Order: sequence, then structure tokens, then C-alpha cells
Amino acid sequence: MQAAGLEEPQVAWEPLLPGLIILLPLLGFAINGALALSAARKSADAVRAGGEFDFLENGRPASHSLPTWVGPGVMLLAFLLTLVNFVGMLGAELHEPVIRSYWTWIATGDLNVAAAIQLDQLSMIMMMIITGVGFLIHVFSVGYMQDDPGYPRYFAYLNLFVFFMLVLVMGASYPIMFIGWEGVGLCSYLLIGFWFSDEEKASAGKKAFIVNRIGDLGFLLAIFLLYLVFQQVDYVGVFGDAEAVFVYGGPVITTVTLFFLLAATGKSAQIPLYIWLPDAMAGPTPVSALIHAATMVTAGVYLIARSSVLFALAPLTSALVAGIGVLTALFAATIALKQQDIKKVLAYSTVSQLGYMFLGVGVGAYTAGVFHLMTHAFFKALLFLGAGAVIHSMHHALHHTHKDWDAQDMRNMGGLKAYMPITWATMWLATLAIAGIWPFAGFFSKDEIIWMTGAMAGAENAPYQGLYTVYWILALAAAMMTAFYMARLMVMTFHGENRTGSREVEHLHEAPKTMWIPLAILAALSVFGGWVNVTTDLRESVLGGFGFLPMSEWLHGWLEPVTEAAHQIQETHLGELAHAAPLGGGEVAWGLISTVAALSVVLVTARLLGSRKVAVAVEDTEPTGLSRILFNKWYVDEFYHRWVVDPILTTSRVLWRVVDAKIIDGTVNLLGNVARAAGWVGSLLQTGQTNTYAFFFTVGVLVILAMIGLQG
Amino acid sequence: MLAESLVLAGVIFVLGTLGVIVRRNVIIMFLCIELQLNAVNLTFVAFSRFVGIEGQLFVFFVMTVAAAEAAVGLALIISIFRHYETVNVNHFNLLKW
Repeated sequence: MQAAGLEEPQVAWEPLLPGLIILLPLLGFAINGALALSAARKSADAVRAGGEFDFLENGRPASHSLPTWVGPGVMLLAFLLTLVNFVGMLGAELHEPVIRSYWTWIATGDLNVAAAIQLDQLSMIMMMIITGVGFLIHVFSVGYMQDDPGYPRYFAYLNLFVFFMLVLVMGASYPIMFIGWEGVGLCSYLLIGFWFSDEEKASAGKKAFIVNRIGDLGFLLAIFLLYLVFQQVDYVGVFGDAEAVFVYGGPVITTVTLFFLLAATGKSAQIPLYIWLPDAMAGPTPVSALIHAATMVTAGVYLIARSSVLFALAPLTSALVAGIGVLTALFAATIALKQQDIKKVLAYSTVSQLGYMFLGVGVGAYTAGVFHLMTHAFFKALLFLGAGAVIHSMHHALHHTHKDWDAQDMRNMGGLKAYMPITWATMWLATLAIAGIWPFAGFFSKDEIIWMTGAMAGAENAPYQGLYTVYWILALAAAMMTAFYMARLMVMTFHGENRTGSREVEHLHEAPKTMWIPLAILAALSVFGGWVNVTTDLRESVLGGFGFLPMSEWLHGWLEPVTEAAHQIQETHLGELAHAAPLGGGEVAWGLISTVAALSVVLVTARLLGSRKVAVAVEDTEPTGLSRILFNKWYVDEFYHRWVVDPILTTSRVLWRVVDAKIIDGTVNLLGNVARAAGWVGSLLQTGQTNTYAFFFTVGVLVILAMIGLQG
Repeated sequence: MLAESLVLAGVIFVLGTLGVIVRRNVIIMFLCIELQLNAVNLTFVAFSRFVGIEGQLFVFFVMTVAAAEAAVGLALIISIFRHYETVNVNHFNLLKW
């Protein structure tokens, strides 16, 4: 790859200012960051003078009113610009990615990396999600964070996150993606620990960062390996040569993809590195919606979908990706069954849904994986924002009467439907979507993933056929659990008797406009978002309204240029996929079965839990038996603490106290003492007596003369 | 003739060296240094008979430098004497660790 004179492919379509899309959030970061610094300085001056700086007094200063316009403003501009480019690309029949190279970033030896961005169908979809959903969440944040002293700092971080996320998806090579990968990790850390004066929240940020570093190591090693093999690291070069260079299922390609998988499990919170995501809920709720549900955590899925050619060449890794995905989906769903914190339920639900995406990209259904990524961004962002609205309202109510109850514990809620009808309605739509009930968005994406898993199990030459059958069954089981825990969340939060307290109830209120309008938009997307990608079979059947509804197979065709190479490899080596599920039955039949099953689970759960009396958090008894294990998250954190963290700490302490303090310091001190003693002995010769010096001088001369004499 | 001259010069040089090492009186040590210089001068003169006039030229240089050195050296000794009121070199022992 030649950095400066990179060949621009000849296409009819010219992107409009693609670099500006990246730069706009960066500009927002610069402005908000400067405002945050000035606010911090003012506050520090006030504290030094003995008082306390309250920005709410005497009207809001510019540093606390400007971010309201700058933060969401740059996002709106970036979204509009992306939209213009998206529409342009829609009409352009693009088969090759469009690459814009700005400058040479690394030029050393064989390695040439340009600071280049790549626009193709996949990055375009991701950009639409990031800027679109991102804009809505920025707007929501205005209402949610308005009274926080760190308001400008919050928007600075949020804008910076969007910048890095865009770098991640728009980069034209793995190192550029890695910049974004690290950058979003940094912003995630900063935002999880946003309320850093609370030590628990600060350490949740650290945990996220450290666990992610393990995955990042895999990413780096994968890049190094690719460089060793190809001498280049840009997508076009690597994917173009991959088939010629790698043996199908060979050891090198398997190693590369395994390293990428490690990176993806870290960023996308999959087994074994999922543990950071539930703790990441310590951050402000809109952050959980944007970073830990809609965008950043899907970076691992994006990485695998982007590298679809490499993963298609490594059947072993692909089976592992699918296995990790389905296990995580099931495992996280079991934990979500028994959580009491509304955000914790959603966090484990996110882990579980990310597992589905992994299952999708693992069975080679890259489009289905990206499809679920997209619909999940809609309904999970909505669920988190709705939960944010609930927490906001609960917090205000509890704050009003100075009751020190947990504003996030669902046992303290109940009956909120009467006070927040819009939040209630929108969240129910999202719940139906995530539960996979027709015709909501989640039904089409989740069903396609499960269907493709079944089809893979019956493929002509597929390796590990039995394994894929197991995956298929587990995926169905996890889908049923999803329906249960989401129905439980809704019932405990919005239905039944209110348990907040009679004085507090009066202060519960519906979310303000800036908060419920994004909810409404996301609700519409959660309902109709799935219609962009309905397979032909489904469309012709009752599930597609017999072809009358405006449903299409659009996303498949749209992503075809990106995924066709991978699909060809699969076709060559796996043969034709099955047209029936492992237990028999076609796509429509199983779609009907799963939607009916999910709907019955939701209805039964709502009925059973709706009539049950729930004790508030302070009066509740400790769970017992299996519930206790699930409530304590299978004790995985304790397990990691016992077998990973503690051994590392012990080893470090031994290295510090014994190896460093005793052995290394001891050696250095010994050498120093020897030198000092030798110096002391030598100094005895220095008598200060001129005669002595003269004597040694003479002896020296004689010795030299003797040597000359002996030589001559 | 050369051998006797060199032996004489050698004896004088060794005596001068021993004087510098053994004696404690600064002025005597100073005189011994002069003795060493003159032993060298004697060697120069002795060799100049066989090698050329350059040897005697060197002697003049040495004598000039020795005169200058004597002036400086004596000035130093007087100055030190004013401070310590002694010329015993054992008392001048600051030059050590």
C-alpha cells in the first residue's frame, strides 16, 4: 500500500466531506472541553476562597448552558452529513469501498499506514447508527444531566467518544481501527467513572479498562501477525490477498482470527471477559445506553463482520465465535432472571444480546449479525433511556423526602405506569422487540440468527454439525429467558402497587420533553426497524403480511459487496446450507413457533408476577437456592477474584517485597558498598605528605623505565 | 670520559631524589630538586660532545626555567612559612581525603 499516492478506485459516487463527519464530534469535544476546564477553574477558585461554587445560582453561566447546544448540535450536523452520504451511496451501486487517504501516518521499512478512511456499506450502516442513535442520546442527556455540576465535562467526553467510535468504524486499516478501539475504551473508562468521587464507581471504570486491555493485546498480536504474513494491514490489501495466502482452516489464519476473537470478547463483553459490562452501569444512564448498549460494545461484532473473509477461512474460530456467543447469551440471560437493579437486568440483557450477534457472525450470517446489532441499538438504547427516565424520576422523588432508598432497585418501584405513561408505553414496545415478538424489530433479526444457526447445522459439509444443533437449541432457550426477564422488569417497574412510599409518590413525574421525544423516536425504530431485512420466505407468508407490508430484504443486498467474498468461501467449503431446522420445519414455521412461545412467556410472566406481592428492598429476605446463585451472578466475580486477581496480587507482592526489594536492590547496594570499601582502602594511600607522593612518583617512573627497558 | 660524567650525573640525581623523598625541610627538598635538574644538565652537556650543540642549548633553557621555578617556589615557601611558622613538610598535610 502506497500511502501518499493511494489509488482511488474509480466510482461514480463522490462522498461529501467524509472527514468532516469525524471532525465535528472532535470540534464538539474541543469546545465542551474548554468550557469544562473554565468551569472547573471557577469552581476551584471558589473552593479555595472558602465557599462553594454553585452554578445554579445567579443563572447558568455559559459553561453550563452552551454544551446544551454544542453537544447535540455537532451530532445533528454529523448525522445530517452522514445521511446525505448514505442517500448518495444508496443511488450509486457501489462495489468497491471508497477510500480517502489524508496523510501518511506510519512509514517505516515495509510498513506503510496511511491515515485513511474507508466508506462502504458496512461502515455506512455503522455511521448511521452511531450518529443517529448518538444524537438522540445526546438530546436525552440534556434533560438527564442538566443539574449535574459536571455537565460540560460530560458532553466533552460524550463527543470525544463519538469521535473515536467514528474513527473505529471509518478507518481503512486495522491500525486506524485500533486507534478508535483504544479511544472508545478510554472514553468508556472516563464516563463509567464520571462520578469519580464515589470510589466504587471509579473502580468500576478501572475494571472496565483493565479487562479491555486483555482483549486489546489480542488485537495487537493479530495486527502483528497480519503484518508478518502480508506486509500490509489495510482492509483492501489484506482481504484481497487472504484467499490466495491462507490455507482454508490453516494454523496461521486460525491464530490470527483467534486473536481477533480475544479482542472482540473483551470489547463486546463475551465470556470470559464479560465481567466489566455489568459494573459499567456505574456511569450515567445515557452513557450506558450509548456506549454500553448501542455502539461501543458492538465494536467486536463489527470487527468480526469487517474481517468476515478471514473468519470464513477459519471454520474452527467461527465455531468458537458462535459457541462463545450462544453460551454468553444463555449464561447472561440466566443471571438477568434474578437481578433486582433495573440497570443490572439491562446490562446482562445486553451481554446476552451481544451473544446473539456473535452467534450470528459465528455461523457465517454476517448480515444477520449486523442486522441484530442495528435493531439492538434501537431497542436497547430505548430500554436504557427509559430506565434512565425511571431512575431520574425515582431519584427526584426520593431526594425530595430525603429517603435513602436505592433509586435503581425495582423492588422499590411498581405502579409507575400511572405517573410516566409515555415511558411505560415506549418501554413496552422495546420489550416486545427484544423478546422477539412479531412484528417488532427484534423478531426479524433474532429469528434470522437462530434460523441461520439451524441451517448451518444441516449444511452439506459443515464441520461440527452436532455442535451447531446444540447451539440452535441453546439459542432458542435463551430467547425464552429474554422474554421472561424483560416481562419481569416491566411488571416490577410499571405495574402492580406502588412501593415507593406514599409521600414520595406525589413527586414522581413523567420525563421532560428532551427525554421523551428521543424515547418516542427510538420506539418507532424498535417497531419498524426490523422491516428493512425480512427474508423472502417470511415476506410471502403471514409473518410478512403476505407481501402487503412494506417489508424488504434490503440489508442483505446492501451488505452484499462487503460479505460476498466470505459467502463465496463458505459456499465453496461448506456446500449448501439446509433449508430446514434441525428438528424439521421451515423458516416460517419456526418464526411462528418462536413468536408464539415468546408472547406466551411474556403473558404468563406478566400474569403470574402481576398478582404477586413484592417486598421493598430493605424488607426483602435473602434469596435462597438457585435464585441465590443467580442473584450473585454465578459467583463469577468471586471466582475471578480468587483465581486471577488474588494470585496476581500475591505474585506482585512477592516480586515487590522479595525479588525487587531484596534481590535486585540488594545486588545494587552490595556493588555500591564494595566500591565504597575499595575507595576507602585506596584513600589510605593518600597521606597528604609530600614525601610519600614523591616516593610513589619515583617508584612509578622506575616501573615505567623498567618496562621500557625489558621490552627494548 | 662520557661514562664518568654519566655516573657522576646519576649519583647526583639519585641523591637529589632521595633528598626529596627523605628530608622534611621544604628548603632542603627544594635544593634537592635543583640538584636533580643540574644532574640532568650535566648529562646534556656530556652528550653534547658527541651529538651536537643542541644539548648545551637545552641546558640554558633548563637553567632559565629553574631560575623562574626557584623564584616562584621560594615565594610559595615564604608564604606558607608566614602561615604555619614552620618549614617542616609534615605539617603541610591538607592534600588528602
